[in-house]
Amino acid sequence: MKDNSRRGFMGKAFGAVAGVGAIASLFAMKKTWDPLPSVKAAGFTTLDMSAYKENELVVEKWRGKPIFVLKQSKEMLDTEDKNMSQLTGKTTEAMDKKRLIRIGDAEYMVTIGLCTHLGCIPGYNQDKKSFLCACHGGMYDDTGMVTKSPPPRGLDIPPFKIKGNILVLGEEGPEYKKMKETGITL
Amino acid sequence: MAHFTKATSIKDWLNQRLAIEKVEKVMASEYWIPKNINFLWAMGMVLVITFTFLLVSGIFLLMYYQPNVDLAFDSVNYTIMREVDFGWLWRNVHGVAASVVFLIIYIHMFTAIYYGSYKKGREMIWISGMLLFVAFSAEAFSGYMLPWGQMSYWAGMVITNLFSGGSLHADGLVEWIRGDYVPAQAFLSRFFMLHVLLIPVAILGLIGLHFGALRIPHVNNQDGEEIDFDKESKKYLAGDKAGSKVIRFANDFMSKDMLVVAIYLVFFFYLVFYHYGFAMDPVNFDPANGLKTPTHIYPEWYFLWSYEILRPFSTNIGLMAFAFAQVIFMMLPFLDRSPNTVPASRRGLFKYWFWAMLIDMIILTAMGKVPPIEPFGTIGFYAALTFIGLWIALPIITMFEKKA
Repeated sequence: MKDNSRRGFMGKAFGAVAGVGAIASLFAMKKTWDPLPSVKAAGFTTLDMSAYKENELVVEKWRGKPIFVLKQSKEMLDTEDKNMSQLTGKTTEAMDKKRLIRIGDAEYMVTIGLCTHLGCIPGYNQDKKSFLCACHGGMYDDTGMVTKSPPPRGLDIPPFKIKGNILVLGEEGPEYKKMKETGITL
Repeated sequence: MAHFTKATSIKDWLNQRLAIEKVEKVMASEYWIPKNINFLWAMGMVLVITFTFLLVSGIFLLMYYQPNVDLAFDSVNYTIMREVDFGWLWRNVHGVAASVVFLIIYIHMFTAIYYGSYKKGREMIWISGMLLFVAFSAEAFSGYMLPWGQMSYWAGMVITNLFSGGSLHADGLVEWIRGDYVPAQAFLSRFFMLHVLLIPVAILGLIGLHFGALRIPHVNNQDGEEIDFDKESKKYLAGDKAGSKVIRFANDFMSKDMLVVAIYLVFFFYLVFYHYGFAMDPVNFDPANGLKTPTHIYPEWYFLWSYEILRPFSTNIGLMAFAFAQVIFMMLPFLDRSPNTVPASRRGLFKYWFWAMLIDMIILTAMGKVPPIEPFGTIGFYAALTFIGLWIALPIITMFEKKA
């Protein structure tokens, strides 16, 4: 009996030490797979917004991702787009144009250029003023809102801060925080 | 301690230390295989041979491949294909075998479904086989990343994005898997590691389990007959080879196996030398570019059916349907409620279920290949619904199956 309880204790002690070791190694393994600090500190992208032309899509780069910049023409602003927001369930009127960023006198669409479905890059059709993702046929209008499934939400807007004519990507300005709060972007 | 005597021969010396005669009997000459089988029973050996080709050709590719985002593309398309003597041979063998291995796996799977080789003690054979299918899928995907062409990059982007779980927005998980915001160096290095070490080790272990799972229930036969292997093998060893229902694994069964393998290899090397293009997508001969999506992204043919189950639905439903398709085959032994272990042709409604499933998967495969335009989108949508419907129907139709 005495022997048994000693064995039992030895077994439990061994198991406990091995268990702690196993959890500690799993933790180390998980952390080893994490993105490196140098990757995380990939920094900021600065865009001079006066250089863009109306209805002409320019693809910039931020943290390895493509960024769509589309300056809106008057015609684009006047057209009410038929889109949908599966994310918020809000109607077209409530969402339309609110995704645009106003800098000086002009309105810009600035979004991450990856389809919110599975991350392909949609192509822009200048005449139709809409984006088409070739992977699974999703479509967006000229403000980056979804007009055809399967994308679950409009193109994501990267964190931004307005500094006069300059837009800094990667920093959260008050305009971006407001968009996040109101559910215009994630 | 065991008693050792002076060896009379090398064989005797080994026998005393490793019991090689006993091992040979257990593994080959007294491992019994039913006589009542056909060429479809050779697919296991065909897979072993194909896997060996993948391993050997992979070793030679590994000597020149560079897992670096700046060098990978050229190390494959220039160094291996043009500079290394016979480098093209290893790449063609590796690419063709990676594609053909899935064809054989599907034949192997549907043979098992047709003959009911997943029931009556053979459940673990089926489950370990499906785990092998998962491991081979992961191996194929990780290998597809390595040439770092446009299709590598964008397949990597799309497939890792699946792990965000749709509305769950587990972007942190996706970034953790990639080691970066987008597929980049960290991603390439870790998928290289998975492809050449971790997954192959897992595959070797699973092959051991798959073979081990066969030993107690034994190989099934064309009629699903329950054979008394002890009795039949005694009959065979006593000299009544004609009357026994079994033969030795080696050399008897192996000689039949190797005939099928030989015919297969003619087809295989025809592809390697004259038709390797099907295994190498032209789009992947453009270097990876994170700022330009190819106009039409599709996976290799063997993933098309599950891709098409994902595609016609909205994100969340699509992901659920996709997850369903990935695991449901694993559940087959438990969803088939009928005790009958006979060919599908003698199983009433199950016969139609089998052919409907096979045809539906071929339709899904075809629809996954074409661009997402009408009428293909609609056909794919209904084929995906049919797939799910068939699995829901399976327990019901097999429950009412008459005893064969």
